[in-house]
Amino acid sequence: MKTYDSNAYRLFYGVNLLFVIGVAVLCVLPLIHLMAVSLSEKGAANANLVGLWPVGFNLSAYKEALANEKFYDAFLVTLRRLLLGTTVNMILTFLMAYPLSKEERAFPYRNVYVWVIVFTMLFSGGLIPGYMLVSQLNLIDSIWALVLPSAVQTFHVILLLNFFRQLPKQLEEACYIDGGGHFVTLFRIYLPLSMPAVATLILFSMVMHWNDWFSGLIYMNKVDLYPLQTYLQVLLDQTKKAVTIDDARNAAEASRRSLYSAQIFMAMLPILLVYPFLQKHFTKGIVMGSIKE
Amino acid sequence: MLRYIRFKPVNWRRNWPLHLMLLPGLAMLAVFQYVPMVGIVIAFQDFVPTRGFFGSEWVGLEHFEFMLSLPDTATIVMNTLIIAVMKIIMGLLVPVVFALLLNEIRHHLVKRTVQTMVYFPHFLSWVILGGILVDVLSMNGGAVNQILSWFGLGPYFFLGDPGLFRGVIVVTDVWKEFGFSAIIYLAALSGINPVLYEAAVMDGATRWRQVWHVTLPGIMPIVVLMATLSIGGILNAGFDQIFNLYSPLVYKTGDIIDTWVYRAGLLDMQYGLATAVGLFKSVVGLVLISVSYWAASRFANYRIF
Repeated sequence: MKTYDSNAYRLFYGVNLLFVIGVAVLCVLPLIHLMAVSLSEKGAANANLVGLWPVGFNLSAYKEALANEKFYDAFLVTLRRLLLGTTVNMILTFLMAYPLSKEERAFPYRNVYVWVIVFTMLFSGGLIPGYMLVSQLNLIDSIWALVLPSAVQTFHVILLLNFFRQLPKQLEEACYIDGGGHFVTLFRIYLPLSMPAVATLILFSMVMHWNDWFSGLIYMNKVDLYPLQTYLQVLLDQTKKAVTIDDARNAAEASRRSLYSAQIFMAMLPILLVYPFLQKHFTKGIVMGSIKE
Repeated sequence: MLRYIRFKPVNWRRNWPLHLMLLPGLAMLAVFQYVPMVGIVIAFQDFVPTRGFFGSEWVGLEHFEFMLSLPDTATIVMNTLIIAVMKIIMGLLVPVVFALLLNEIRHHLVKRTVQTMVYFPHFLSWVILGGILVDVLSMNGGAVNQILSWFGLGPYFFLGDPGLFRGVIVVTDVWKEFGFSAIIYLAALSGINPVLYEAAVMDGATRWRQVWHVTLPGIMPIVVLMATLSIGGILNAGFDQIFNLYSPLVYKTGDIIDTWVYRAGLLDMQYGLATAVGLFKSVVGLVLISVSYWAASRFANYRIF
């Protein structure tokens, strides 16, 4: 399209280009700063001499963090809940999305089920009754306390059922004619066709489990059962106390600055690694769920 | 005849697998969502954990009366409302403006790189971001205060000054989420029919005129929809974020309902009182969300499922 841009518009375009790039840089700058601190030698890090580039490059903070058994344990707890939790999430999401994607005409009581499920998004018992339930079920200090309360991801069910609805009805009808029941339709027709959506939801679910720190904090009494993010939360709490309550960074805390940064950076790393895949899929996922004809 | 058509095609023999498929998920929801709703009875009891949900002594509305007499209550409700409303307004405005600015960019590589960078913070937890922010915003040599000192400003005690805390919360929340929230507007922008722009050019519209008469009307419906839906979140000031950034120094302006409930319930073990406050929040939340969904479906034809 031929455009007739005025000089004013060209000026705006240039300024806008710089502005947008500046905003984007602002989003990642703190993360780069963190990485630089974690890779710097202790003295420089503690004296706040590090900007965006490591001063006195070395990996000692990472070595120290990896030698820490607690960090390692916490990582394993997270890994276990991630595998267990994502599997449970995906099985339940997949099984629930299929029946709910039917029309009320084809599946009576569908709307009743939908309301039962959606109501849990609108109202909840709140923190204390939820905690009491988990403790009455004797799940405190069990890995299942991190998996079962979030087993059904209602939002994921809605995304997947909207995806199922876009699939051509004829496929299902053909399967029916050939004598296939609902289970055959689900696993032989819908599952292979919905791999992109399933991949997206697996990523969502994994990121959720990786990032969740609160259930670890309330449901785990023993510190060595903390998942990684909860372990970091406790570290953060100590740092915050040093920074805010004592008014000045105390010596003990300051000497750990590069170690602290290294641990945070390592907890960020897996997200960074799956991010290219995430980014490819999630735009699709969001649009898939929200913009409908 | 109608009855026949309604009941005949859906026989139990074909449809039982559908019910079976829903069973495991519904069972989990029943246990972990609906049982805690029953557990709300704690709010009317002098709850003792070992006696279960129905074994403790009933105290009627005592906790609610105590809640109303507590000076904390007004503070945390006000803090919650102020922070949430500021977040809603900024969380709507900034992504829309950013999407409009980004939409003007025609260098595709730049556009894609910018998108990749601004979406990223959304995927990090508030523990990670809190860890970074506590360091970056620190009073003694934090990066932000260092930069401000070049201009002769500060140092500011960002996370410890009650006057600054709410602003810090809103700004850092916008920083984390604006890119991700912009996705939906970018999708709407790319959905605008290019023919409309061609027609506008034919009619002699400048770039500004195109934005004003084509682009803005094109995304207005989705902006209105997002604004309507955000009403439901008016009591959600963001527990994860505030919990990881606040400290007793800023309770005056930064303590919200959710953080208060956590401290009262799980740290001070005032189960009944904390449940009562939580119930108050849940009920108001239910009303607000229902109203916002009703408005969205009434005025924007929005259906979530």
